Amino acid sequence: MIRIVDLHKAFGRKKVLQGVNLDLKQGETLAVIGQSGSGKSVLIKHIIGILRPDKGQIFVDGVEITSLKDDELHKIIRRFGMLFQGVALFDSMTVAQNVGFGLERYTDFSKERIQELVVESLDKVGLKGCERLMPQELSGGMRKRVGLARAIAYRPDIILYDEPSTGIDPIRADAINDLINMMKREMNVSTIVITHDIVSAYKVADRIAMLYEGKIVEAAAPEEIRNSKNPVIQQFIHGRAKGPIKNW
Amino acid sequence: MVKKPKSLLAYFYSFFQQVGEVSLLLSKVLKNMFKKPWERKVFIQQLEEIGVRSLPLVSLTAAFVGLAFGLHTYVSFHRYIGPGSEAYGGPMLSLGLTKEFIPILVGIMVTGRVGSAIAAEIGTMKITEQIDALFSLGADPTRYLVVPRVLACIIMLPCLTMYGDIIGIAGGFFYNVYIMGVNRVLYIRSTVHFVELWDIAGGLIKAAVFGVIIALIGCWQGLRAEGGAEGVGKATTKTVVIASISILIVNFFLSKALPSI
Repeated sequence: MIRIVDLHKAFGRKKVLQGVNLDLKQGETLAVIGQSGSGKSVLIKHIIGILRPDKGQIFVDGVEITSLKDDELHKIIRRFGMLFQGVALFDSMTVAQNVGFGLERYTDFSKERIQELVVESLDKVGLKGCERLMPQELSGGMRKRVGLARAIAYRPDIILYDEPSTGIDPIRADAINDLINMMKREMNVSTIVITHDIVSAYKVADRIAMLYEGKIVEAAAPEEIRNSKNPVIQQFIHGRAKGPIKNW
Repeated sequence: MVKKPKSLLAYFYSFFQQVGEVSLLLSKVLKNMFKKPWERKVFIQQLEEIGVRSLPLVSLTAAFVGLAFGLHTYVSFHRYIGPGSEAYGGPMLSLGLTKEFIPILVGIMVTGRVGSAIAAEIGTMKITEQIDALFSLGADPTRYLVVPRVLACIIMLPCLTMYGDIIGIAGGFFYNVYIMGVNRVLYIRSTVHFVELWDIAGGLIKAAVFGVIIALIGCWQGLRAEGGAEGVGKATTKTVVIASISILIVNFFLSKALPSI
């Protein structure tokens, strides 16, 4: 479904991605793990076209997207829903306006139909009745759920989650994990979850890939990752300060 | 650690790089200006924010500039031409206000109120990933954020300037006629006789150009903001400084370019 080939990206002299190769299969949940600042968010922003690579290609169902113009790109990324790390709800809009934003742009639905889908999406994440609230009135967990409702409102078939459990307590983080699994079950979506929360990765992923020094060092089923002999992976999943990963 | 000072070459490089960035943004705005979908809702919001909400500020500024300018024209005519000639200060005051002072002052006041707000709003959106979210949800950030603000500024700055002209001229008139007792009929007649429509139109053209400068620099600084609250603060400060200086410089060249006689 998505194939990333030899992706490179640098910001000034800092090389963030140095030849990432990765693929996502139809209906699969892929968790990309790695240290903070390892380039996970940069990778996901390339997939959705927010960033353009210095070198490399990204194929979505065979269509190479890195060379597309913005208008053509939007036709492809209409298939993606994304939950941003900081949620990125629009401050000046109500919850309903936030959730309906993509629907207004990606569909020709009437206002009534959009309203119905907004309520339905909010219901899915357990926030029915919050339509008129402003983002500032929501707790961290609620904001994440509104962000998720916004990402699924126009029924994308690929959902990207950027650090979905960051900034919320472990119980709410687990509730978000349950929602990720529910979206996969009910909407049959393909999913990429960017996280450094290994517990979360084990819970949601069919496959886990580790990004280290700008490359994917291993991509395998959670059990294989757990038993991996790669010292980088072992250090990361056990959260040890000592080991081959040294750059803070 | 003490920062190493930039070389002159680095300053030039940085200057041309920034001019390039603004030009690129302007070309994007021009390209997107006529493309659908038009962001009508955002545009109307901006008309209100930039135009209607700036009225109190423009009223105060124009009124007091008109009064002060009225005072000086009165004193100048009284002292250098002689008692009784003060009524002829009307055209001088009106020309000065409509062609130079009001467009510049409105431009600088709107830069402080609106330009900085544009930079702060877009800068905050940038660092909180809201601009990325816009893109992912099918909205082109230039079309959604920049174009409506530029258009609103192009329309509202001349409107505010026209309004400021009226208030400023009224202020000068009030000072001369009602405070200093200048002959009202002579004052009005000389003003109407010497001030032409083109003089006012020239000021309005300048205001429209200043509108482009304010919106474009505010949006540009907002879009390049990074590094959290400090970055947003820097973007707003830079917007006010760069836009104000640009207005003063561009004003001179427009004064030269626009026919004045």
